[in-house]
Amino acid sequence: MTHELLNTLIWLIPLPPLVAFALIVLFTNKNKALSHSIAVGAAFLSWLGAMIVFWNAVKTEHFGEHPFGSAINWLPTGETWLKIGVLIDPTSAAVLFFVAWTVLMIFLYSVGYHNYGQPKGDHDHKGLPPHGATVTDSHGHKHTVPSIEPMYSRFFAFIGLFAFGMYTLVVSDNLLTLFVGWEIMGLCSYLLIGFWFAKPSARNAAIKAFMTTRIGDVFMLIGIAFLYSATGTLTFREIFTEETLHVLGTVPTGVFGLSAAGLISILLFIGTVGKSAQFPLHVWLPDAMEGPTPVSAMIHAATMVSAGVYAVIRMFPLLTADFHGHELTTAMSVVAFIGAFTAIFAATIAVAQNDIKRVLAYSTISQLGFMIAALGIGAYVAAVFHLITHAFFKALLFLGSGSVIHGMEHGVLHTGNHSVDPQDMYNMGGLRKKMPITFWTFLIGGFALSGFPILTAGFWSKDEILADAFGHGHWAVFITLALAAFLTAFYTMRQITLTFLGEPRTKEAEHAHETPWTMTTPLVILSFFAITYGWVGIPEHFPVLGGLVPNWFHEFVGGTLAEHPEAVEFSVTPLLTSLGVALGGLFFGWLAYRNVTSVEQDKLQIPFLKNKYYFDEAYNFLFIKPAFWLSEVFVSKWMDKGLIDGILHIFGPITDGIGKVIRNYFDVPVVNEFIGDGSANSVYALGKNLRPIQTGRIQQYLILSMVVLFVVGGLVYFLLLA
Amino acid sequence: MIPLSWYLILAAGLFSVGLFGVLARRNAVAILLGVELMLNAVNINLVSFWRYGDVSLMAGQVFTIIVFAVAAAEVAVGLALVISVYRRRNTVVAEELDLLKW
Repeated sequence: MTHELLNTLIWLIPLPPLVAFALIVLFTNKNKALSHSIAVGAAFLSWLGAMIVFWNAVKTEHFGEHPFGSAINWLPTGETWLKIGVLIDPTSAAVLFFVAWTVLMIFLYSVGYHNYGQPKGDHDHKGLPPHGATVTDSHGHKHTVPSIEPMYSRFFAFIGLFAFGMYTLVVSDNLLTLFVGWEIMGLCSYLLIGFWFAKPSARNAAIKAFMTTRIGDVFMLIGIAFLYSATGTLTFREIFTEETLHVLGTVPTGVFGLSAAGLISILLFIGTVGKSAQFPLHVWLPDAMEGPTPVSAMIHAATMVSAGVYAVIRMFPLLTADFHGHELTTAMSVVAFIGAFTAIFAATIAVAQNDIKRVLAYSTISQLGFMIAALGIGAYVAAVFHLITHAFFKALLFLGSGSVIHGMEHGVLHTGNHSVDPQDMYNMGGLRKKMPITFWTFLIGGFALSGFPILTAGFWSKDEILADAFGHGHWAVFITLALAAFLTAFYTMRQITLTFLGEPRTKEAEHAHETPWTMTTPLVILSFFAITYGWVGIPEHFPVLGGLVPNWFHEFVGGTLAEHPEAVEFSVTPLLTSLGVALGGLFFGWLAYRNVTSVEQDKLQIPFLKNKYYFDEAYNFLFIKPAFWLSEVFVSKWMDKGLIDGILHIFGPITDGIGKVIRNYFDVPVVNEFIGDGSANSVYALGKNLRPIQTGRIQQYLILSMVVLFVVGGLVYFLLLA
Repeated sequence: MIPLSWYLILAAGLFSVGLFGVLARRNAVAILLGVELMLNAVNINLVSFWRYGDVSLMAGQVFTIIVFAVAAAEVAVGLALVISVYRRRNTVVAEELDLLKW
């Protein structure tokens, strides 16, 4: 395929989901089958384009030096132009690959998740999850079956727009369109988390997610503005030239002794902290579980949170502008600290959560922390690798948990006991027999997340991060991440044990049911990648396996950077560590929870962990309460009602007094009585006095007019003429 | 030739008789007659001024003819009104026709 054709194709990749969004919103909203066909078809077209571009990228030799891309002039800025364009370099090609796959799988999964093909619900309302429908079979028995989502088409429109945002972000060659895609996703995540808007919890979660990410986005925008004013361009390849980076890396800013590059990196990184839910802006992500499960997968695996890490990956040359291979710069230390801290911090919370999706949410925060920490210590390839493998297995896990919830809801509809929470893992147990496909795929995803050795993708990527941290002597990061990895394996096994192993703990779990093929197919495909994607990045010097398959991923993605990163020298310690934490965590997780039958026996239900270190409460106390106080008491009560209204209340009586004076001394006597009434009265009096001469007798009139004629004529004659 | 003033005195006399008729007679028909007399007094004036002025200018004669025409029309309308009033009110006395007072 020629270069021009490919460049055009890259422009076209984001468009089908946007067209699908417009079509569904404007025309096909009423027709559910047509709407989902358009959306899935659009996702397929984008997937096809992405695969073609990816394949051509892989085939190109020295792709890092000759990436695909083109740009057009967009905004005139004085004598120059602000350009926007597309760029596919090895990193974005690799990201495009997983985005295309996960997006397509999520679209397909949504068809089943929203109960396509089921009857309309008896009491379903827009803005509430479907409650089920009663059907009568041929024997006259009544059954309650799942009912179709009332706002089915709207969901597909929203995820279409979401996919457009993600594709735009991935293919853009500059920070501006990246930010546009970023914000489109922010909007869509708000709309989708609040998809069941009639639930107050969903509404609040949507607002929380929007506000929290907004904090990060403001800083990111400041960073973009700073970068633009410093370099005059926002295009990656123009910024990442050696001279520009050198200048940015040496110019001091006077803020904490940071260079311009460092300060811009930190500002942009704060945007990532919001988007990828890093400490301290992580609070929105667990609450985002209020959205439908495909949305959770969309937000937490394929798109939005990956976008945050992707932004840091994109700005990696800037982050490392004044880094010379040994001492971490201030900006990198900040990034590494936040990442490592988030990794362990979120992992500890995940241990004590009972909601199946919330465990995954905290696990996502933790795994994103791994990637951020890897970027902070300069392990570029490892971070990209983990980003991609994580996207596959986390999408798999989220979709799997959605499948579990779906199966449990089936059981709830069967027993009719709606007080049973279908998301609480203590209501499950023994689901492996009821939902075999979901079980096996979830097991693969869970083992990949834990880093189960050799087989799963998660092992290779996590091992590479640990090896990198160890190899460059970042001990604090290494130990923290190793601990976090142990906890990851532990809570993953806890989740698998509680959900699938043992015996059913409730009647609902006994009546759980495997989900339809539209939901299980994506699980199977994603679990394929959750295993095999790790094999493309096996380190060269790995015992036995190393060298069997070339370390393609390192070669390919490493080519993005101007200086090709060296592969870390092989060392036994990190390997043994990652083997130990993964297997140990899995074993202890199984050991501790294999016989647990109720939540009371769970020894890790520590209130401090269960309540997420009271972060929500602390933020409520520190920010939300003061904000409410500021608006309700300070601004509304004191400033508006007290000060401003007080001033206005002074002007009120003054103008009232002036008005009264004018009325009493001018308007009433002069205008009303003298001019108004006076003219009427005088006309009236004149008419009254002249009335007697109108007798109705023609001859008297004639005499009168003659007299007047003589008098006037006489006067005129004697006074004027004579 | 009879001097102009004689004609003017005749016209003035005729006008006065007509005016007296208009102001003093009670019968509406008689009032109309008075009006005719006044119009004809004016006609005499017009014709005599023409005769004693520049005879080649026809304006005096033309005006007189117009006055005849207008007078004829006016009498026709006036008499019709009088007949109409008589039919309704059964009187032609001007003093009794005083509906148009305040």
